[in-house]
Amino acid sequence: MIGLEHYIVVGTVLFVLGVLGIFLNRKNVIVILMAIELILLAVNINLVAFSSFLHDLTGQIFAMFVLTVAAGEAAIGLAILVIYFRGRGTIAVDSVDRLKG
Amino acid sequence: MIQVLAFYLFATLAILSAVLVIMSRNPVHSVLWLILAFFNAAGLMVLAGAEFIAMLLVIVYVGAVAVLFLFVVMMLDIDFAELRAGFVRNFPLGMLIALVLLAELVFGIGAWRAGSIDLAPAGATEAAPMAASNIAAIGQVLYGKYLFLFESAGIILLVAMVGAIVLTHRDRKDTRPQNISKQNRRRPQDATVNMRPEIGEGVQL
Repeated sequence: MIGLEHYIVVGTVLFVLGVLGIFLNRKNVIVILMAIELILLAVNINLVAFSSFLHDLTGQIFAMFVLTVAAGEAAIGLAILVIYFRGRGTIAVDSVDRLKG
Repeated sequence: MIQVLAFYLFATLAILSAVLVIMSRNPVHSVLWLILAFFNAAGLMVLAGAEFIAMLLVIVYVGAVAVLFLFVVMMLDIDFAELRAGFVRNFPLGMLIALVLLAELVFGIGAWRAGSIDLAPAGATEAAPMAASNIAAIGQVLYGKYLFLFESAGIILLVAMVGAIVLTHRDRKDTRPQNISKQNRRRPQDATVNMRPEIGEGVQL
């Protein structure tokens, strides 16, 4: 029978894959943003699984808020990417050193 | 039995497509695999009884976010082969950190399974009730207890939209758009002159 643990394991694996994706594609901002989306998806799966397990809707409400933030983050991130590409002609993360921070 | 089959199908496909998102050479393929991962996660959520979140996932992620990604990937002329240069070099460190994270999380799940720590006395928080249908129940909670959070989510989306437009907007110098205030400021006495030229003489403009 499928229990809460199964869902948490799926969420865990998706989360770890998201983190691994950030490490593997360290130069490509687009894939890094997609890996962040995977991490947020893992969070959503966890929230929904616990909501179903505890018979409490709050988890699903918060999954919705996570979805909102993920959509806003993708829009702003891609906008920054577009203006960065317009100015530099590349999206390699290594060359983002204009501020010399 | 069919639930078990569906769960393993959705879970396997979600994890497999997540692997392909981070491994594939072409970011366009990555976006397409991301869409598949979201569809399967939506299937998992339907299995858990959260139909509304599942449909929201399909609409918001596949309909908006993934299309946005696809649009940006295809619009920018990027040499993706160059961006993959450090892939092999980063692989061992990335795998090490991923395995450490996975071990920690699985350890945490195992420890939780052995018996959760009781941080609060039973019945300390009032659980939001589950009504007959998922959507009706979510509506009651969302527009009741979480109304202000819901409205601030709307404000976050508005700010994100305005921010994205402001960031990507540029004034183009090579176009000559209509300037309405300049047109309205223009008076007849500035623009027209009354002349009574003699016959055979031109008009000095």
